[in-house]
Amino acid sequence: MRKYILKRLLISIVILFFVALIIYILMRCLPTSYLEAVAQQKSSQPGAKSYEEWMEQLKATYGMDRGIISGFFTWFGKAITGNFGDSWKFTVPVVEKFKSVIGISFIMGFVSLILEIIIAIPLGILAAMKQNSKTDYTISVVALAGISLPTFFFASLLKLVFAIKLNWFDPIGAVGRNYAQLDAFGKFLDMAHHLVLPIVTLVVISFGSLMRYTRTNMLEVMNSDYIRTARAKGLSERKVIYHHAFRNTLIPLVTIIGASLPGLFSGALITETLFSVEGIGYVSYQAMVSGDIPFSMFYLSFLAVLTLVGNLIADILYAVVDPRVRIA
Amino acid sequence: MADKNRPDNMDNLKNASVFDNVPVTHVESVPARAAQDHAKKIASDGGDQGGEHKYSLNDDRRVKVLSPGALVAKRFFRNKIAMVGLIVLLSMFLFSFLGGIVSPYTQSQQFYRDDMMLKEYASAKESNELRYDTAPGQQFGGVIQAQLSLALKAGNTEFKTTKGSYEIVEEGTDFYSVRIKGGDEIGIAFKDILSGAGSDDSISYEYRRAALKAYTNGETSFEAEGKTYTLDEDDMIYDDSGKNIGYVSRYIVQAWYPDVFLTKEWKEALIESFESGEKSFRFTDADGEESEYELTYDPDNLRWVIKQERATRVLDTKSSPSWEHWLGTDKDGMDMLTRLMYGGRVSLIIGFIVEIISTVIGVILGGISGYFGGWVDNLIMRIVDIFYCVPSMPILIILGAALDQYMVPPMIRMVYLMLILGFLGWPGMARLVRGQILSLREQEFMTATEASGLSVRRRIFKHLVPNVIPQLIVSCTMGLGGTIITEATLSFLGLGVKYPFASWGNIISDVSDQSVLTNYWFLWIPAGILLLVTVLAFNLVGDGLRDAFDPKMKR
Repeated sequence: MRKYILKRLLISIVILFFVALIIYILMRCLPTSYLEAVAQQKSSQPGAKSYEEWMEQLKATYGMDRGIISGFFTWFGKAITGNFGDSWKFTVPVVEKFKSVIGISFIMGFVSLILEIIIAIPLGILAAMKQNSKTDYTISVVALAGISLPTFFFASLLKLVFAIKLNWFDPIGAVGRNYAQLDAFGKFLDMAHHLVLPIVTLVVISFGSLMRYTRTNMLEVMNSDYIRTARAKGLSERKVIYHHAFRNTLIPLVTIIGASLPGLFSGALITETLFSVEGIGYVSYQAMVSGDIPFSMFYLSFLAVLTLVGNLIADILYAVVDPRVRIA
Repeated sequence: MADKNRPDNMDNLKNASVFDNVPVTHVESVPARAAQDHAKKIASDGGDQGGEHKYSLNDDRRVKVLSPGALVAKRFFRNKIAMVGLIVLLSMFLFSFLGGIVSPYTQSQQFYRDDMMLKEYASAKESNELRYDTAPGQQFGGVIQAQLSLALKAGNTEFKTTKGSYEIVEEGTDFYSVRIKGGDEIGIAFKDILSGAGSDDSISYEYRRAALKAYTNGETSFEAEGKTYTLDEDDMIYDDSGKNIGYVSRYIVQAWYPDVFLTKEWKEALIESFESGEKSFRFTDADGEESEYELTYDPDNLRWVIKQERATRVLDTKSSPSWEHWLGTDKDGMDMLTRLMYGGRVSLIIGFIVEIISTVIGVILGGISGYFGGWVDNLIMRIVDIFYCVPSMPILIILGAALDQYMVPPMIRMVYLMLILGFLGWPGMARLVRGQILSLREQEFMTATEASGLSVRRRIFKHLVPNVIPQLIVSCTMGLGGTIITEATLSFLGLGVKYPFASWGNIISDVSDQSVLTNYWFLWIPAGILLLVTVLAFNLVGDGLRDAFDPKMKR
């Protein structure tokens, strides 16, 4: 097992290296709009150097004068020691900016994951129990509708109904206007109040897949031999379902939920942007659109790491949770 | 040689895998019934050739025989939810592709409306300051004028400047003439305005002086330049032939725009409303056009501003649903329903092309990887792993922003968008195809193809790939929905399809304007509903297809 994990880790690092390389090449091939904008601004000041001179100086300052490959190795060398450079747009070290915004993204992700589990798993089991009934069809269609909902449309609808027509929530922002004057508990309540709509958005658009997954697995388990045996020996339906079937359904569920844990840190780009919540998604959207290479590099590599960790967790959990699986 | 020696084998294999559209015969999960039916069909085909069994009562004669493809279709059509999805999809296609032809408008046709708008027309000021006119051949400069007004305020009848002394003669109410002491008249000072009747009449000094003198003294006639003029009670001036040539008034009225000439009738109407204290009046001009004028006082400049309510042609933006525009018009004055139709066309076409691109790449690489195994498989799968880890949404955002930088024309941009989306989608497809082929490769029919000496290409593309097609169709159908959402999200962020092309995403993007979100539901909700319904329909049909292809695994 340890050997397997070690091997997977090594492969992951190699993959990560190449992913970072691809992203870096891509970023360097794009126009460095940020530097151009700064150079334009600086050179238009009275008595300033020419645009070309500024551009040269800025490129040297930001390490853009090196070739792509040597530039990548410089970046990679620094990155593995945790130094991702300074963000151009936010003018603070990338890691510092990341630390200041990751909290709220994690909170949003975590709360919505919990809500998703609470909603999706019981619904999935219910649908599987009443397969092909009206309940089943309703739940399935609702789940699919959730999957099919474009985030931005649903978020706008929520804003229109709950923030503008009913006036229950503020349409944008993670905290209210007088947040600074509140005490600790008040701050908590204020933030919770502002995060209701973003979290509802996240839950509605993502609970569908977990629900469908639960339903599929539950159906598979319900059709297996040991359930027939359990019924044959005269166990109550309740016991069959909760004692035998559900426990076995848990195996793939735990695996998939475990694999989605790293995703809690990836932020919700669209939702955060629409609700102006200063999370990692919103901040990196701004960075990417304005051509902030250090921050974008960091965010993209970070997402790649999250994906790799997620896959690794899935594989390991699969073996850990289900004793029948043996990894060679 | 080997092929020619075994034509029968070949044909049988071909029959089994290619003739039926959906050759599930080899798939493990195919229901026993389908396989039996298939076997019967082959048997009955053979029987027909012999002719002996034509009138037999064997099972294959009495029982209606369905091919596996027909069975799949039958199962699919029995699935009510999937049928709803299919009908929705078909109507969406009709709406998008036929709608654009049926609609009387085009996608970027802008509409105008005549709006009654209050526009500045003229300004009027009561003349409270002295105005000056210089006698021909005399000097009546600023210093003299200033001294004159000081003297008048003080009530003096004479004043001095460095150049000499002058005396003032009060000729009438607020009307003075100035002469050098004991000498010639150098000019006049007055507050009433004398205007010509036409737009280009110039007024001579002598005429002005005589007219003003008569006016300020309440006389009804005066003489100037050898002609006799009369002044009536409306302060109109007529020459000896009885023609109106001008008028006198206390108000300075100026047109707001240089090309507008204010007629005396209009000015009369204006002054009338001044005198009666009304804030608005109606006036019919010489062409018979009646307009409403509104008077507002502008305290900053101490003047009255007259606004005319005039029909102005403006873009018919954000107009509510009506008979001409069933869903109103958008913020650029284009018909919303037509935009939705063209938008649907763009969204669907992009979805299909992207799916085709990623499927082709995915099938080729996945097929090669799964069939050959070994180092080829390893290499391709590691590439897939790498591309799988490249976060697609951020990449799309960055590329979109870069295309903005390069100012790529909208049409080319759409092509790029499709290529990028298609390229980012292939790793998933390759994994799916590889997984399927790995399991199919070990089955007996593949051994049979090998034994019958078929070429590698033929084995992959004629026998392996067709067996993956059911999974491919399902995955493509579901993927189409996802692609459409991705495209819409990008367009929503302003990084996808751009004006003048419509896409459902960029139609909804108007909602980032708070006033649209609050007040103009018809600008964004219809597009959102179409998007939701289309994606949902793709997912429902995909679900239905999966159940139909693979009934044992039913959900």
